[in-house]
Amino acid sequence: MKKFLNTPESVLADALAGLAAAHPRLDVDVEARVVRRAGAGRAGKVALVSGGGSGHEPLHGGFVGTGMLDAACPGEIFTSPVPDQVLAAATAVDQGAGVVLIVKNYTGDVLNFRMAAELAADEGIEVRTVLVDDDVAVTDSTWTAGRRGTGATVFVEKIAGALAERGAGLDEVAAVGRRVNELSRSFAVALTACTTPAAGKPGFDLPEDEMEVGVGIHGEPGRRREKLGTAREIVAEALAAVLAEPVLTGTDQALVMVNGLGGTPLIELYVLFNEVSTQLAAQGVTIARSLVGNYVTSLDMAGASITVCRADEQLLALWDAPVDTPALRWGG
Amino acid sequence: MDIALARHWVQAIAVAMDEHQDRLTQLDSAIGDADHGANMHRGFNAVLATQVSYRPDSVSQLLVKVGTTLISSVGGASGPLYGTAFRAAGKALPGTDPDPAELLAALRAGLDAVRELGAAAPGDKTMVDAFLPALDAFEEEVRAGGDLAAAAARAARAAEDGARATVPLQARKGRASYLGPRSIGHQDPGATSTALVFGALATAAAR
Repeated sequence: MKKFLNTPESVLADALAGLAAAHPRLDVDVEARVVRRAGAGRAGKVALVSGGGSGHEPLHGGFVGTGMLDAACPGEIFTSPVPDQVLAAATAVDQGAGVVLIVKNYTGDVLNFRMAAELAADEGIEVRTVLVDDDVAVTDSTWTAGRRGTGATVFVEKIAGALAERGAGLDEVAAVGRRVNELSRSFAVALTACTTPAAGKPGFDLPEDEMEVGVGIHGEPGRRREKLGTAREIVAEALAAVLAEPVLTGTDQALVMVNGLGGTPLIELYVLFNEVSTQLAAQGVTIARSLVGNYVTSLDMAGASITVCRADEQLLALWDAPVDTPALRWGG
Repeated sequence: MDIALARHWVQAIAVAMDEHQDRLTQLDSAIGDADHGANMHRGFNAVLATQVSYRPDSVSQLLVKVGTTLISSVGGASGPLYGTAFRAAGKALPGTDPDPAELLAALRAGLDAVRELGAAAPGDKTMVDAFLPALDAFEEEVRAGGDLAAAAARAARAAEDGARATVPLQARKGRASYLGPRSIGHQDPGATSTALVFGALATAAAR
């Protein structure tokens, strides 16, 4: 598999240096692996810190900026950051009002962020954790590590970030983050596996006429393999899985994201969005706001995820609030 | 076990993680996210780097330092889990050179800490499935009057067997659990790396 890289080991450092060069409003510590807003923060503002394995760009570093994250901690590819990194980020951005850690529900992320939260508390930083677990492909039971955190992370970071920017308190910011997660569900389908630089070859083989249904964002196989359907059929299957969730019953307006996993052209994402729009309308759901593009990727995986968030006026107003980050920018 | 032997153990683990990096990556590609080989390799390289200038007063201190380094350098689930195992084992040791029974008790403390942190039970297709049988075998040998080399050799074989026995299991913890029944038929990467840790102990103890 061909890749643009110098060495597989230097991909993350080289990419972070590139992020710094491209976005002067970010302060990127390539050594400590912390991406934060440049300049002094606003005293008394609740700080938002997220992070996770790399390979999901623009998540999370691309969402650092006004109206969203204060800092991000990129780990190695598909590997959660270490506690020291998260602690360094939390310490750097805490303005005395506390820090909200936004954590995707994976065993490694949960363990490392938990350790970081304990270390931060020891240093007198007030910490709240928002766990994101929106992927309906995983049954949330004692037999699994629980639902995965995927697309809804963007909604949580945007909406909680907007509330923090307005000057809300620590518990309030964490609460809105948890509410967005609770009201959001996602489902993904892959047409190819992804290739990590370290492995150099795809994580699994997928015949030309088949798709992996219910994939995550780490190149792991999905729940099952099926014959490739039309965009209409795939969206119907994904929406059926998402809307079967009790929390989305009776949804009349929604925040919807059709997200590319890294190797799917935008034109195909719009084909999918057209189906999502038509099929949701047929079920009485109005798409109040939408996002189409590559936001939570899985390296070069061809595929897409659909995230639906049952939105009320408060959440929509926070969604509309100004944001200025490398990957999301509007208003202001 | 004295400090020199503990150092040999750590060095042997680093060598094993280097030799088996690709195998761990392949196993993790099948049911995880293909990063276990690189993570363990990076972690024990970092351990080796810190050990060069580190002069511990005891095996206890040395193992705690190994754990702390792993937590700070690995990430993923394996960093906190292996790091906690070494830290808990180190903390459970006396300040003097441990005899095999004391080492066993410390390793049990390490296993307990892993099980608590990862909430994993035997049969969940995790590192516990190599760790637990290794310690049971170690204990049998110590009770039969065997020395450290004999106990470590039996533990290493039991860990290997335990890792192989994860093949037919369905994963209930970690990323492999997302696959449900599709995780069956693959050896668990974490159990495999745990077998390497015990293999390294046997190598060091046989010197």
